[in-house]
Amino acid sequence: MRRRAAQLLLLSICIAASGCAAPRPWVAPFEREALADPLMSFSRNALMDKHRQHVFDVREGGRGATDGGGGGCGCN
Amino acid sequence: MAATEAMRAPLRAGVRGGFTAVLLLACVVGFAATLPEDLAELMYHSYDGGGVQVTGPALSLRKSFASDFSASATHYVDSISSASIDVVTSASPYTERREELGVGLDWVQGDSLMSVGYIRSEESDYESDTWALSVAQDFFGGMSTLTLGYVRGDDLVSRVDTDFEDEVERNNYQLSWSQVLTSRIVASLDYEAILETGFLNNPYRSARILGAQIPERYPRARNSHTVALRGIGMVAEATSLELGYRWYRDTWQVQAHTLEAAAARRITPRLSAELTYRYTTQDAASFYADDFDAEFEFMARDKELSTFDSHTLGARLTWDFGARLGPLSRSSVSLGYDLIRFDYDDFTDIRNGELYGFDSHVFQVWFGGWF
Repeated sequence: MRRRAAQLLLLSICIAASGCAAPRPWVAPFEREALADPLMSFSRNALMDKHRQHVFDVREGGRGATDGGGGGCGCN
Repeated sequence: MAATEAMRAPLRAGVRGGFTAVLLLACVVGFAATLPEDLAELMYHSYDGGGVQVTGPALSLRKSFASDFSASATHYVDSISSASIDVVTSASPYTERREELGVGLDWVQGDSLMSVGYIRSEESDYESDTWALSVAQDFFGGMSTLTLGYVRGDDLVSRVDTDFEDEVERNNYQLSWSQVLTSRIVASLDYEAILETGFLNNPYRSARILGAQIPERYPRARNSHTVALRGIGMVAEATSLELGYRWYRDTWQVQAHTLEAAAARRITPRLSAELTYRYTTQDAASFYADDFDAEFEFMARDKELSTFDSHTLGARLTWDFGARLGPLSRSSVSLGYDLIRFDYDDFTDIRNGELYGFDSHVFQVWFGGWF
């Protein structure tokens, strides 16, 4: 009975400890060649993308959750 | 507009609660972040559509110093010549110039990248001061990145022909989670809440009541939520495919859905090509009408608040010179073009009574040098 209680305690500690540990990277550094390619960037040219987004922002009601921040414009 | 006011309190409470939770998350230990590269950029941009031409240069310079810091400065100019449908049906065509000057500072510390920025924008009847603060934190060996951002804007709205002046305050709260899913796929989930108060309409634009024009009347508050989900993957050798969806909703009952797709391919080691498609559909604001049949507290006839669909087809070519050019270790040129089509469902051209629509052409020529 005491042995079973000890096993349960050990199991509880293991579960609790594993819950606290940070997940290990599942893509190792040597497997990240494709991820490092500039073609894999969401914005491959920040200045061009900012201007393009500004064109949409001043002509649509929707805005936000993009990279195109910036000053006001009353463009009509 | 009572519903609009009633929606503001829960939105603010939700933003505050979510922000606190994310700040707590940001305490988790992660891994090293990196500063942006040292880069000098020069761009010429041109927009032509719907009777509006906007052209101008943009300059940007970024330089790192003291191993942990990077400073940037950007100068952006819009030279505007407008004979848009709003202008030709209620005023006279005009020209004006908008200048924007921005400065920024980035600081990398271990696994965190902290950024502050300021942008000043000036035109003859609109001035804007914008401050931005963000923190990006890498987790799990660079597999995940959490970014928190806050943007504060103070604008001054005026008219060139009267002494009218009013103000706008903007507060943006941004939250972004970027995740490496596999060795060839990355996803990003972004959220932004924008809270605006003040004079939010254009002081020149008119609404219509049974065909007669009167000045527009807008609520003095607008709060919005935007959620965007994007994914990008290396689908073949030197070929990436990006897909994205954005949902927008605000307290003026404007709702928009945006779909984006982009395919990028390295054709040769120095030449890359990119094709993009973007679709947006939007529902009108609750106080929008092409022609009101009676007078209401709030009235708008801004086609940006109407019901419309928009399609954009774009292409971009980038040529990397590779070798050293003077003080530059590497340099590159990009050419970009977008064709944008807008079709309005409830905005008529009052010159002929037909539903309005127009095509726009956007050109960009960009040069960048790394040093």
